[in-house]
Formats: sequence, structure tokens, C-alpha cells
Amino acid sequence: MRQQLLTGIAAFALAFGTGAALADEEAELVINGEIEIVTKTAAPAHLDGALEEIMSGWRFRSDETQAMQADDFDNPAMLMVEDAMVAWETAAGTEGKSCMDCHGAPEDMAGVKPTYPKWNEAAGELRTIQMQVNDCRVNRMGAEAEKVDSTAALAMEALLSSVSRGMPMNVAIDGPVADAWQQGHDMYYTRYGQLELSCANCHEQNYGNMIRADHLSQGQVNGFPTYRLGDAKLIGAQTRFKGCIRDTRAETFDPGAPEFIALELYVASRGNGLSVEGPAVRN
Amino acid sequence: MKRTTMALAAFVAGTGLALAEDIAPGDVQFDGYEVQASLTGATGNPEEGRKVVTSKSMGNCIACHAAEDYADQQFGGEVGPPLDGVADRWTEAELRGIVANAKIAFDGTVMPAFYKVDGYTRLGDAFTGKAWPADKPVTPLLSAQQIEDAVAYLMTLHE
Ligand code: HEC
Ligand code: HEC
Repeated sequence: MRQQLLTGIAAFALAFGTGAALADEEAELVINGEIEIVTKTAAPAHLDGALEEIMSGWRFRSDETQAMQADDFDNPAMLMVEDAMVAWETAAGTEGKSCMDCHGAPEDMAGVKPTYPKWNEAAGELRTIQMQVNDCRVNRMGAEAEKVDSTAALAMEALLSSVSRGMPMNVAIDGPVADAWQQGHDMYYTRYGQLELSCANCHEQNYGNMIRADHLSQGQVNGFPTYRLGDAKLIGAQTRFKGCIRDTRAETFDPGAPEFIALELYVASRGNGLSVEGPAVRN
Repeated sequence: MKRTTMALAAFVAGTGLALAEDIAPGDVQFDGYEVQASLTGATGNPEEGRKVVTSKSMGNCIACHAAEDYADQQFGGEVGPPLDGVADRWTEAELRGIVANAKIAFDGTVMPAFYKVDGYTRLGDAFTGKAWPADKPVTPLLSAQQIEDAVAYLMTLHE
């Protein structure tokens, strides 16, 4: 009996070993022939014992999808970035101010995206970059907050991401965010739903393997918001989390929920060291 | 002729009479990780079992497991080992135990437990993303009949 159990495990190891061959393991991403993107690097210290290397989801996509991200003219998400550039310099709300009035050019915001989600001292809360944009809209511009992961919110996030492309993800995980980070960590290893699957079951234990027609990546968020070819639109990180949890036959959380803000921080921290590459293209 | 008999057998097994004799998820007797007794009291139908294993709406085993026998259905997964030769590696009782609750045979496995109704975190109502209704009894991922059909199919997978 024991013998047979061992055989089963050996067969599993074999399947895993062969399946883990990554089609595009050696490909490198350079955007517009100038922005070098780190899509594979040593894992941050907090992942000791879990992962040695971290890899962007870009590495797991087909040659065709990969190529679309290498040139802004081929990246459909850059159209949304252009929309956001118009919004950036357009006054909105009762104060008659635009983002540009306070922040200058979008390029002046380079270096902001890699640090989000981030603690806001004055408000005493952990904020995603969409929450921070909404704070500016409501409190400084007298405008309405955008809905989490709405078209406008994602376009603005994509613009802020695009100007930081090539900079390493670098979210803080200690101090005032330590509790939220721990909450996100615990969620990452929680087996949700009737299928009893955790994020780690798919994205830590099985990245590189096919799950039916999907090539499992490490589920990193350095490419978010991503343009999903299947949906022909931008997708936010928390909307992606929602889909992944739903697929375990679980009751999900909604984008904007405190649980997902914590999870976004934790998942972002697993990518510390990878380049910001959003808006990325995914299938 | 043979085909008709098969279809009839499947029909009979699917009637309320047979269901009344099903062993409920909570009453399955595990001997280690093995389950000796058929959950329906009868032998399953391998042709139906092939459907259970390969259909997304049933076992969806194909999401994680490939096998030569169903290579015609594209994209067998790589998360679990290929199922080729499982009938040589395991007895029927072992396969029944693995399909009913793989967590007992394989500690910490990612393979879901297909005949279980409790112990879940945030159990959803299938793939809706909504909570399972509190007033509705939880149904296992597969019925007793579907488990027996899957086991009968697995018993045909020789090297
Ligand atoms: C989410 C992934 C997943 C799904 C879905 C899944 N399995 Fe598995 N299965 C595994 C893994 C992984 C193993 C290896 C055991 C371990 O975890 O070490 C396994 C092992 C097995 C084994 C033993 C294989 C051997 O060669 O020793 C059988 C038989 C089996 N599964 C049948 C099924 C059937 C039948 C279904 C559907 C009703 C199914 N599995 C669904 C992941 C899965
Ligand atoms: C049943 C398997 C499964 C589980 C469990 C799962 N995912 Fe996923 N996830 C996928 C698949 C399949 C994809 C699409 C292919 C890919 O990028 O891996 C995906 C994609 C993603 C992506 C997009 C990556 C990119 O580069 O575009 C993120 C982020 C992600 N998952 C995060 C999570 C988180 C966080 C959890 C837990 C809350 C989770 N996933 C649970 C299967 C799963």
C-alpha cells in the first residue's frame, strides 16, 4: 500500500518536472526598444522557503501576446492611457482643477506606482493607487470618486503605471501596514471554496504547469492593470483576484473590500524587484 | 444490442430506487484511504465515467490530469499526474477513496475532495461567486453514481 502511494507521488514529481518547462523562459522584454523590463529576478527576502525566483506573467504568455507588449503601437491598452492623458489635464469638479495643476506632467509621477498599495499617514489607512487618485478627486478637486476598477479608474492607473515602467516594484511591508500584509499573506494561503484551492496552490506550487488550456503564471501584479485580449478591456488586480477566487467555487470578495486591499499589498510585495510593466497585455 | 444493455443499466442505476441506497458523503467508510464498498451498491458505467472525467461541468479531472485515452479532448492539464495506467497502480477500492476524498490518500494535495459536504472556507454556489444558500443542503462535487462511473472508467486505464 505504502509502495503504491510512493509510486503515485513519484509519478506526480515526474509530471511536474516535465510540465514545468517554460516555453518562453529565455525571452526578455524591452519596450519600444528602450525600456528594459526585469521579468525574472531573485525573490524578495520575505519569500524565503516559498520561491527562489519571481517571474512576471509576461513570461508565461505566447510569443504573439508577448510581442504586443514590446511596442506601444501594438499595445491596445495605450489607447486607454491616451484617454487618461486627456483626463489628466482636464479640470474636473467644483474646484476647477486638473491633476496637472498640482502634479505637473504625468512623467513627473514616475516612481509613484511601484510603491502602491501604500500607507497614508494623514488618513491612517492603507491605500491602493486608485484610492489615492480618488482622494485627490474628492478632497482637492471637488469631483466624484471613480468606482473601483471602472474604466476611468483603470485608465488613470494605467497612465500612472506606464510612466513608471522599468522601475522595480517596491512596496513597504512593515510598520503600519504589517497587519494588512499579514492578512493578505494568510489569504494567499487560504484554501477557498468547494475546490479548496489557495492562490499558492496554483501560483506558487504549479506555475509553469498547464491547468487545462491555461499556462499558470506566478499571479504577479506588476503588469496591472492588464489589457485582456479575451475581454478587450483593462482589468484591475482586484477584479482578477475576484475571478480567481470565484473559480474555486467560493463566495468571493468585491473589488474595494478591505480584504482585497490587503491581498493586493501582499501580492504586490511578492513581486518586489520585478519591473513595473503595466499596462501589460494578457490573453 | 450490447449498447442497449449498457444504456439500460445506466438508466436503472440512475433511478430513485438506486439513489435511496447511496452511501451519503458523511457515511463513507474509509479503511486508511481506501473505500471498499461501492457508493451506489453497484458497479459504475465506464462510458459515463469518461464523460465525468473529461467534462468541465462534471469532474473536470482533465483540467489537472491528461491521459492517452482522452487525448482527443485537447489540453489535459499538468497539475496532477497523467492517468495512464492508474488501473495498474491502484486497486478499485483505492481509486474510489482517491476520487471520493484525495486529501486522505495524499496529505495536503491540491486535488479536490469530490464526495464531501463540509469543512469549506467561504463555500460558494458553484461558479457564481455568491455564497452557498444557508438553507440549502450542500451537495458534493460529484454524485455517488458519478463517482462510481469515474472509478469504473479509471479501472479501464491500463498501461
Ligand atoms: C486541481 C487539480 C486536480 C483535479 C481537479 C483532480 N486531480 Fe487527481 N490528482 C491531482 C494531484 C496533484 C495528484 C497527485 C497526488 C498528490 O497530490 O501528491 C492527483 C492524483 C490522482 C490519482 C492518482 C494518480 C496516480 O498516478 O497515482 C488519481 C487516480 C486521480 N488523481 C484521479 C482524479 C479524478 C478521477 C479526478 C476528477 C474526478 C481528479 N483526479 C481531479 C490533482 C487533481
Ligand atoms: C484554480 C487555479 C487558480 C487559483 C486558486 C488562483 N488563480 Fe490566479 N490565475 C489562474 C489562471 C489560470 C490565471 C491565468 C493565467 C496566469 O496568468 O496564471 C490566473 C491569473 C492570475 C493573475 C494575473 C497574472 C498576470 O500576469 O496577468 C493574478 C494577479 C492572479 N491570478 C492572482 C491570484 C490570487 C491572488 C489568487 C488567490 C486569491 C489566485 N490567483 C488564485 C488560476 C488560479
